[in-house]
Amino acid sequence: MTYSASELMTVNAARLLRDGDVVFVGVGLPNLACNLARRTHAPDLLMIYEAGVIGARPQRLPLSIGDPTLVTGALAVCSMYEIFALYLQRGNVDVGFLGGAQIDRFGNINATVIGDYAHPKVRLPGSGGSQEIAAWANRCYIITPHQKRRFPEKVDFGTSAGFLGGRTQRDAAGVRGGGPQAVVTDLGVLEPDANGEMILTALHPGATVEQARANTGWDLKIAPQLRTTEPPAESELRILREELDPTGIYLK
Amino acid sequence: MTKLCTLSEAIAQGVHDGDCVYAAGFTHLIPFAAGHEIIRQGRKNLVLARATPDLIYDQMVAAGCAAKVIYSYMGNPGVGSLRIVRAALESGSVAGEEYSHFGMITRLQAGAAGLPFMPMNQTAATDLERHNPNYRRVTDPYTGVEVVVVPPLIPDVAIIHVQRCDAEGNAQIWGIVGEQKEVAFAARHVIITTEEVVDADVIRSDPNRTLIPGFIVDAVCHVPHCAHPSYTQGYYDRDNVFYLEWDKISESPEAVQQWLQEWVYGLKDHTEYWQKLGAETHRRLQVPEQLAAPVNYGAY
Repeated sequence: MTYSASELMTVNAARLLRDGDVVFVGVGLPNLACNLARRTHAPDLLMIYEAGVIGARPQRLPLSIGDPTLVTGALAVCSMYEIFALYLQRGNVDVGFLGGAQIDRFGNINATVIGDYAHPKVRLPGSGGSQEIAAWANRCYIITPHQKRRFPEKVDFGTSAGFLGGRTQRDAAGVRGGGPQAVVTDLGVLEPDANGEMILTALHPGATVEQARANTGWDLKIAPQLRTTEPPAESELRILREELDPTGIYLK
Repeated sequence: MTKLCTLSEAIAQGVHDGDCVYAAGFTHLIPFAAGHEIIRQGRKNLVLARATPDLIYDQMVAAGCAAKVIYSYMGNPGVGSLRIVRAALESGSVAGEEYSHFGMITRLQAGAAGLPFMPMNQTAATDLERHNPNYRRVTDPYTGVEVVVVPPLIPDVAIIHVQRCDAEGNAQIWGIVGEQKEVAFAARHVIITTEEVVDADVIRSDPNRTLIPGFIVDAVCHVPHCAHPSYTQGYYDRDNVFYLEWDKISESPEAVQQWLQEWVYGLKDHTEYWQKLGAETHRRLQVPEQLAAPVNYGAY
């Protein structure tokens, strides 16, 4: 069965979620991944949205993070201050999903500017909630296409902390969350080694080490036991295509 | 005492050149009609504060109302770039002051509570802290650990759209409640726009749903559909089609000025705007009813 790069990444991200996880969901592919996990192996996944919605059961694909479908049928709604303070800062969130224009060797994320902050080449949307999600969720996952410009050795601007310059530096900063646990790309999966450096731990079927290295901006290390991911199952693809994104807004 | 007035009167009396304005609402209940009225009245040099500037500030910046934008996520939610604010910040024609969502909302919380500053735990990401001097650090006197602090945000004017309120401004909101309550308590002057003006008895029948008490409100404007193309939970849907369209319109400064001419300057008020949208759009944004189970407060 054939599938798109977006479907491949979404399915692999969904598989990282555990039943019972409290997950801080973002729009786009993370939203699809969470809803797929809830319909497959994680029926008790609790979905929290940045807009202040807890236990959402969206009946349609939300275009924005504040779509009204998130509220109807949810368990609770709270203020924006409360979602960040009582849920994230207090340590009540297991998983956060993050994205960004750049992700570096130690999983630091830039969603703010390309170039100099005062005179940027490109001005990006900025942190939103990602600075706090990266710091305080127990585990963070990143979904992004594997492209050299997205994977520089070092980010131009540190919007959200990965392992900074290495795991000891994040530990020294004293933040409660465990940092980025996986970067899911269209070629494979990167995970942090003992030093917090993102290394290639899995390839998707058909992808090669050479492709991954050629599309990474640092000297990408390869895990000694390099895995191959299971291809997306027909059942997973059917849920994505027929139930979650029938018009192909995110999965084309 | 009734505070009912037209939106045009409320903006004329409440919003002055150079004011810091916070038009509230996280995706939900964004008071677009008020933004359009500010444009129509030609306000200048405003400091526009919002966690997510959204299309309302894109339009106000395009109309030349703003000297500065204070924000924490500058995008077209669910679509992509917020082109006009972005270009203004890149060129420096409008100043920017940037936070994370939590930093921004903690500033409001401090403003609402009358505190000199509020602490947050460190996030290990320090670049924003280095570029925005409003972020400072203090040592926790109990543990000796450094925390990050921000000062209060006290807007000159808050504009808050609600589902229903009475003539005094006792206002009820349901659905995503964002930062509405905090903005109302933080601001010096509060303008409420509402889908419905109801009797005080309706408000008193469900006091837990009242987020904003009337005595901190200065003006109440009855503006049905005020939030379009944003939405009002249970009243009408978010116009995602327009959010996508704006992405195209805002590619060209000429198209934006033409849009402002057609949809803001060329119309008297929001009633005309809603009529101009037409029956097709009205139908598309209709929402079927889903009522909550009633609660029993008890007749004490």
